[in-house]
Amino acid sequence: MSAGTVTIRVRRGTPEEPSRVETFAVPYTEGMSVLDAVMWVHAHVDSTLAIRYACINANACKECMVRVDGKTGYACTSRLGPEGALIEPLDNKALIRDLVTDIVPPKERLAAHLSADG
Amino acid sequence: MPQLETDVLVIGAGGAGMYAAVAAAREGARVVLVDKSLVGRGGATIMAQMTVAAAVGEWEPDHWTHHLADTIEAGRGLCNERLAAILCEEAPVRIREMDSWRVGWAREDGRMRAVMAPGHKIPRCVYVDFLNTGPAVAKTLRTQVAQGAGIARVSGLSIADLAVHDGRVAGAVGINLEDGAPVGIAARAVILAAGGLTRLFRRNSASANMGGDAFALALNAGAELIDMEFPQFFPIGHLAPRLVGMDPIMWDPFRYKLGGRLLNGNMEEFIENYGEQDSGVYTAPRDITSYAIVKECEAGRGSPNGGVYLSFEHIPEPELRLAFGPVIDRLAKNGIDLTRRPIEVAPIAHYHMGGIRVDERMETRIAGLYAAGEAVGGANGANRLSGNAIPEAFVFGERAGRFAAERRSEAGAWRSDDDGRAERVVDGAHGSGRNNRAGLGALLRELQALMWDDVGLLRTEEGLSRALDRIRRMRDDDLPALAPARKTRFDHALLDWLDLRASLLAAESVALAALNRRESRGAHQREDFVETDPAYARNQVVTLSTDGALECDWAGIVEASHARAPLEAAE
Ligand SMILES: Cc1cc2nc3c(=O)[nH]c(=O)nc-3n(C[C@H](O)[C@H](O)[C@H](O)COP(=O)(O)OP(=O)(O)OC[C@H]3O[C@@H](n4cnc5c(N)ncnc54)[C@H](O)[C@@H]3O)c2cc1C
Ligand code: FES
Repeated sequence: MSAGTVTIRVRRGTPEEPSRVETFAVPYTEGMSVLDAVMWVHAHVDSTLAIRYACINANACKECMVRVDGKTGYACTSRLGPEGALIEPLDNKALIRDLVTDIVPPKERLAAHLSADG
Repeated sequence: MPQLETDVLVIGAGGAGMYAAVAAAREGARVVLVDKSLVGRGGATIMAQMTVAAAVGEWEPDHWTHHLADTIEAGRGLCNERLAAILCEEAPVRIREMDSWRVGWAREDGRMRAVMAPGHKIPRCVYVDFLNTGPAVAKTLRTQVAQGAGIARVSGLSIADLAVHDGRVAGAVGINLEDGAPVGIAARAVILAAGGLTRLFRRNSASANMGGDAFALALNAGAELIDMEFPQFFPIGHLAPRLVGMDPIMWDPFRYKLGGRLLNGNMEEFIENYGEQDSGVYTAPRDITSYAIVKECEAGRGSPNGGVYLSFEHIPEPELRLAFGPVIDRLAKNGIDLTRRPIEVAPIAHYHMGGIRVDERMETRIAGLYAAGEAVGGANGANRLSGNAIPEAFVFGERAGRFAAERRSEAGAWRSDDDGRAERVVDGAHGSGRNNRAGLGALLRELQALMWDDVGLLRTEEGLSRALDRIRRMRDDDLPALAPARKTRFDHALLDWLDLRASLLAAESVALAALNRRESRGAHQREDFVETDPAYARNQVVTLSTDGALECDWAGIVEASHARAPLEAAE
């Protein structure tokens, strides 16, 4: 690992398959968030890496909850230290893909509005 | 059969979309409100921390005609004055309605507190303490939407295309992200409330969902866009150190209040060198400040991250504490101690003045297709007054919902061949699976750099032509080649691809309109045409031809005469 990079490990997969942990080297900047690092990977390495977030800077949307080294928190406010981190999906919500879990309120799901015969 | 069927479909659940849903439902319409993110959370509304302009007149005597005069003056001759008048006249009504829904506007001695903001001649900007305006607004509207009878909310549904037949909207299609299912929604009226496009620029204050979908959906449906050459750049957006949980434009009011100093990389004040007195008074207009910052950076006198410094170091700590209140602790959490170090600021893309062309009922030239919020163009002309965007979302949202609801007893225009439309969109977005997993991100970054460098703050014929050329090739060649392999559940690459498809069309409309306007006015600054030319006191209209090319035309300004009313205190 060169001086300017930090390593993150990301747990990936869907409910249909055993999960795997992938490792990525990300350019390090002081004060960067876990979300910054995951967004960097998504934008520079693999756009199939799935994570849910909207506001990036405001900590307002509250969509980006994940586990960082086992602790639940917002990816956008969890600071990433030079030592890196293990980033995993929430374990108390149903997994959808990679870091995306089912946090949509039941009444806001499409399924809640489909007619019985549709 | 479509998966869903409704009277009014609202696309985008920010301030405008949620208000539209509430207004349509209380007229008795059945409403489906969809958002590609979570309802009430995905866009700009929840991120706005500052102020809302409305001539409520409780704090100081005010009248909406005065708000209108300030709005038109800021718009540098290009406002659609009828839309601007609607915005200013109805803003206080909506602010009071939000008040009755307990949004919690700040009060002193029982009166709604209003503050001054740049461009306003009367303190008329209301807010929710502390820097909590957007979250409070979003929460209040989420509650109203949840309680409204006949509103079905769908989160995680991204709309990709509208169905239109013979100039009449029939509904929309999209993808349900959770399971990748294509979804068709038949509707008698459709409201585009999907927000702005600031994510197109490298430096922006955007959320992930502000890549211009509303504009692309409108163009593809046959509607017109207006004033697309006018994105608003905010001169001193936060740049560094990394700051989370704060509005990136928050420094402005503090700078005015306390007298923060703008310094270049050599720690010298520089605004004076651009013909404006700034030190100690801090009244240089925003466009001059932006211009000066860009020029300092070009001359190699920028700060390490490519902006300039904003310093409060000369202000005694107790005074800082008093002015910033609890904000100082939020800054400390980000490792920022204003008594000890300056922060770095730079211009950022913040809002889009241009947008979908509508009449006073918020309807486009496509029957049954309405627009609301930042997606609408015209009310703010070439430059938006601070605090005008949130009331625009409320006022235009309410109107769009109310007028769209009038179509609830009409026959729908959905046809049986629309049933396969969603599936076709999803198919078209998937490719060979050549698996270039870095390609979509790289294309977006290239677009953002191009828009920033050549279609940003300072524009030239050469730069704009170059950008336009490249964007067209991206749209024709690069994007189709990057269509990802098919996946079902939460297919992030598919989302990126659809986002880019919309972003490229929106970007092209901005670049083309900017190229055609051979003058400087408001947010549109041309280095090769530095003067404002009275011959260009007209609006530019962009449409998409049937062969997929963008076309521009000019339209006369829509005027309205509203003399300023005498000021009396509100009872
Ligand atoms: C950081 C920041 C601070 C601001 N501060 C202020 C301020 O202090 N005062 C002020 O007046 N204005 C401010 N503004 C501007 C103002 O917030 C916005 O103009 C306004 O909130 C826009 O509301 P809207 O409902 O039109 O759009 P948004 O709130 O952006 O909502 C649009 C919604 O549409 C959804 N969407 C997008 N595409 C699709 C699609 N294809 N399918 C389904 N859904 C989709 C998005 O997820 C989003 O939820 C600020 C903006 C920002 C970014
Ligand atoms: S990205 Fe919005 S709260 Fe984290």
